[in-house]
Amino acid sequence: MEFITDNLTALLALTAIALGFGALLGFAAVKFRVEGNPIVEQIDALLPQTQCGQCGHPGCRPYAEGIAEGEEINKCVPGGEDTIRALADLLGRDFVPLDEEHGQTPETKMVAYIREAECIGCTKCLQACPVDAILGAAKQMHTVIEDECTGCDLCVEPCPVDCIDMLPVEETLQTWHWQPPKGIGSRPGELIPVRNIA
Amino acid sequence: MALLTVTSPHIHQPGNTGGFMRQVIYATLPGLFMLTFFFGYGTLINLLLAIPVALGAEALMLKLRHKPVSFYLNDYSAVVTAVLLALAIPPTAPWWLTSLGTGFAVIVAKHLYGGLGMNPFNPAMVGYVLLLVSFPKEMTTWLPAAGLDNSTSIPDLTTSLRLTFTGAEADALSGATPLDTFKTYAGQPEALDASAILHGTFAGYGWEWVNIGFLLGGLYLLWRRIITWHIPAGMLLALFLLAGYFNTAVDADTYPGVMHHLLSGGTMLGAFFIATDPVSAATSNRGKIIFGFLIGVLTYVIRTWGGYPDAVAFSVLLMNLAAPTLDYYTQPRTYGHRKPNKGLAKPD
Amino acid sequence: MSRRLWDFHGGVHPAQNKKQSSETSIRAAGLPDYLVVPVQQHIGTPAHPIVGVGDRVLKGQVLAQASGFVSVPCHAPTSGTVTAIEPRPIQHPSQMDALCVVIEPDGAEQWVEREGLGDYTRLDKPTVLQCIRDAGIAGMGGAGFPSVVKLGVKPDQKIKTLVLNAVECEPYITADDRLMRERAADIVTGLQIVAWLVEPEEILIGIEDNKPLAIEAMRQATADTAMEVVVVPTKYPSGGEKQLIQMLTGKEVRSGGIPADVGVICHNTGTAYAIKRAVLDGEPLISRITTITGDCVPEKGNYEVALGTPVGWLLQQAGVKPTDLHRLIVGGPMMGFAVHNMAVPVVKTTNCLLVPTAREFPDPAPEQPCIRCGSCAQVCPAQLLPQQLYWFAKARELDKAMHYNLADCIECGACSYVCPSNIPLVQYYRFAKGEIRNQQQEQQKADHARQRFEARQARLAKEEAEKERKRQERAKAAAAKQAKKAPAASAAPAAGEAGNPSDSATELNKLQTAAAATMKRYKDAQKALAQAEKSGSGNLEALQQKVAQLQAKADAAKTAFQAARAEGAAPEAQPPSAPAEDPLAALKAASAEDFAAYKAAEKAYEAARDQGADDAETLRLRMEELKQRSEASKTAMKEARAKQREAIQRQNAAADPLKAAQIEVAKHQVLLKKASKALQAAKDSDAGAIDHLQAKVEEAEHQLQAAENTLKQLQQEHA
Repeated sequence: MEFITDNLTALLALTAIALGFGALLGFAAVKFRVEGNPIVEQIDALLPQTQCGQCGHPGCRPYAEGIAEGEEINKCVPGGEDTIRALADLLGRDFVPLDEEHGQTPETKMVAYIREAECIGCTKCLQACPVDAILGAAKQMHTVIEDECTGCDLCVEPCPVDCIDMLPVEETLQTWHWQPPKGIGSRPGELIPVRNIA
Repeated sequence: MALLTVTSPHIHQPGNTGGFMRQVIYATLPGLFMLTFFFGYGTLINLLLAIPVALGAEALMLKLRHKPVSFYLNDYSAVVTAVLLALAIPPTAPWWLTSLGTGFAVIVAKHLYGGLGMNPFNPAMVGYVLLLVSFPKEMTTWLPAAGLDNSTSIPDLTTSLRLTFTGAEADALSGATPLDTFKTYAGQPEALDASAILHGTFAGYGWEWVNIGFLLGGLYLLWRRIITWHIPAGMLLALFLLAGYFNTAVDADTYPGVMHHLLSGGTMLGAFFIATDPVSAATSNRGKIIFGFLIGVLTYVIRTWGGYPDAVAFSVLLMNLAAPTLDYYTQPRTYGHRKPNKGLAKPD
Repeated sequence: MSRRLWDFHGGVHPAQNKKQSSETSIRAAGLPDYLVVPVQQHIGTPAHPIVGVGDRVLKGQVLAQASGFVSVPCHAPTSGTVTAIEPRPIQHPSQMDALCVVIEPDGAEQWVEREGLGDYTRLDKPTVLQCIRDAGIAGMGGAGFPSVVKLGVKPDQKIKTLVLNAVECEPYITADDRLMRERAADIVTGLQIVAWLVEPEEILIGIEDNKPLAIEAMRQATADTAMEVVVVPTKYPSGGEKQLIQMLTGKEVRSGGIPADVGVICHNTGTAYAIKRAVLDGEPLISRITTITGDCVPEKGNYEVALGTPVGWLLQQAGVKPTDLHRLIVGGPMMGFAVHNMAVPVVKTTNCLLVPTAREFPDPAPEQPCIRCGSCAQVCPAQLLPQQLYWFAKARELDKAMHYNLADCIECGACSYVCPSNIPLVQYYRFAKGEIRNQQQEQQKADHARQRFEARQARLAKEEAEKERKRQERAKAAAAKQAKKAPAASAAPAAGEAGNPSDSATELNKLQTAAAATMKRYKDAQKALAQAEKSGSGNLEALQQKVAQLQAKADAAKTAFQAARAEGAAPEAQPPSAPAEDPLAALKAASAEDFAAYKAAEKAYEAARDQGADDAETLRLRMEELKQRSEASKTAMKEARAKQREAIQRQNAAADPLKAAQIEVAKHQVLLKKASKALQAAKDSDAGAIDHLQAKVEEAEHQLQAAENTLKQLQQEHA
């Protein structure tokens, strides 16, 4: 009892300070709340949108929802390390290497190509394509709209005659750019054999 | 037959990092000459000791880090570190002091931070400060400048060698520096008047010429465009303003004059050779001016109110810490933009 | 004449080396055995070829016409025959091929009909602009931007200053210098045409002070005009459009903008000359002045070259021995690019061919670590922080590089030129810029894919909902049918069913995706195994195991999917009124599958037979078997279809009045319920008109009874 009376002022002061700061923090939390995009949208924006389903979800958005609910971030095969890093950045999680269970990130981007002479017009690939990038109708020859194809591979398996190939996207004059130099210690440039000496 | 394919530009100004660094070494010659003239062969011996140690440490670290040794040794950066440190430590320093400082500078301050270009602190000054805080006695023992009192002459080569290698005590020969002297007698006009060392041609005897030597070297670097004017100007301006204000407006007996500050201790060596170390300094022009100015301010503050007589090393290291922040907030305005960037905005 | 000049930040002073080529007059290069005219020699959309292989073309005839606004046509540089229209190597740092029209000259130099516009001031501006566009003129300073796009001033823009860029700040190049000395009058006439088009307040001609003779010639040519020759100090890159504008007017073109935004239009000397030739002489752009210089070249100087001339042939004309070659640079030493293919043609933007010796241009020194000396920032004309950009590009922190205004880099090379560590900074920036561009495109593509995916999902959901609605209708009808037995319990089963199908649909979807994904992984593993087998690498066993595992997994996934599909299909067949749609679809699919399998087998067999393989017989047997199966499934499908058609016909005949009656019953049920409710409410609140409501309820009951009777009757009849 004596202890309490002796220290009453200190106790009161501490309580008052605690309450004051508590109120301040509470106020700040309400007043300065950050209005952000819903997290699913932000995650979805980082995913490559190939809709390939290699993560085990039928599309990128479902996976984004899965991540938002705590699923691992290392299941996106086409996105590879870059995507995992971006996700880790966004969510404040640790970087984890790609889960090999789901496949390996291909070196180059691919695009589907239908060998049109062999197509029987079964429409199975049309149904499989997650972005409606295949054009065709029953008993009509199908073709892939190259610009819309995400290279997800989902049309290859359903094809009964195996007439769909995944081909690497070719580099064009428009997409070409310089590679970075080889780095410290090496001479820039390379010797290339001269061609067509007239 | 093959043709070389390389990105433009296809021509290059002559010179490389090694050449850059060699110019810095040449530029220290006037200052080195003055040091030798007034204090004897000690500094030369330091130099001859520090350079092999630095090169050895550099080679060792490169080997351990699996880097091409000769390629990196050719950039002379280790030699510059050794030279600057050797010029900064007293001529009476024993061999182990020089070696320890140089080794620490190269191994810890440079290579453990990632090697050339990656070190946040000036290696030479890290080595210097390590020695200063660990061995204050050895590091503050200076000789009296030759010609002072008409009696003092420089120690001969054997004395210098003995001081460096046999551990002979330098106490008998030692004398205070002008900065020391003023600090001791600050506020006592009679004592100040009586100290001959404070009354050279422009400032402290002997030291004024050492500083002028480094100033000449600095001007050479400016002329060769190895450094820009921003950092030295900022630093000297700050010293000038502060010293001028306190000396004329506050109290001339407690606060020494402008010349005393500009031409004593490590001022010129610091302004032109140490603060301008590109790796650890600020890089934007405005940033450099602020960087230099704050070094000047810190130097004045520590010299005047701090516990150490000189403060260039501390000031430079402290400002090295601030350099990234300065760069961050002093980006130039890019052509075609209304305002300069401030910091790093979040990419959105 | 003292005109105020502004300065731009930074800049460098490389050795000029212009005397070697500037002291001999322009020579004609002559005609090679064949000319290669790329359809894209400008920035923008490539032109579209309108001639065919084998056509005879005349000098100046259009080979490819402009497609789009930012595009210009290409013309035949001489008369001859088109021998090919195909991808050929072109001047591009990537060393890739692009579409070219190849012409074999006949030596006749026979022109198409050409006629200048004469006194263009009588005409309206669009006519003159069209003439310039038709002449295929694109910026000849190096970038190759279609000139006509710059000349088409928007009505709300006022051009204050017209600048003729005659600075030519790159070392070695003297094409513009020589052109001004020899054809100053033509250049001034061209500039007058431009001035007439854009109506500027002042016309400035910027020339670097290292070309005194050119300055003299231009001063004489402009003596009695309002044009002013402004001499600018020699400093690279003063010939950069933005830098020249800053020097002459003190204005800065804002980032991402064009000079016209600040009331300035800038044209190159060569362009002005080409405009004169086009408008007054009716000659399209088919040749240009190219400097050929460098210590490897015995006959240094400026040549008038037909566009499409192969570089190798041109160098031979200048006396270059192929064995002397060490480097070949198209453009100047600061911004040109190296090529190693002698077949690339000279195009509209080729102002210089530089062939230095190894002594003249030593190989670049190895890259050293950046010491942050900041020399690059001191010389950067865009006032960037090149060393920061270098760190960002190296670490691939592209968003930071963008934030530090990488996009404002003009790639002039001043930073690399002074870098004491010999860092190829420009290469880093070009890499980062390209990477940023590709990433942006990819992001766009991803957004697009997301939209399409979402649209598809919405479509599928809608289809599903539609199906569901139909199903519910059917269920309702069935319920109504049962209503006579137990009118009270009707909605329950329908509601019970409603929840399931969409769930099972997503489940099915998921399983299908999973099956496809596993299959892909299995195939990948198979491929890897095959590769490993081929290359005879070590861990074959591990790979084999993996393949086996994945196969099992894939099979399991497929089975699961099929099972789910079968399950999903089963309940749909259950409702009594639902016709056998789904079994028929399944039969159809099976038939298609069997047919496909048969076709595949047939192919395999044929291939085997052609190769005379041993297993051809087995394959044939398999093919036969599959054929039979395919036929069987086809028959089954046909039968099913016939049956279904019959069932539908039967139903249609009978069901219509029945259905109507059913609906009638349901309607009256609802009405009765409503009436009872109203009555109850009235009773509760003691309101009036209870009698009236009572009567209504009774009437509704009657009507329901009647409807039910009708329905019963019909059903009995139907049965």
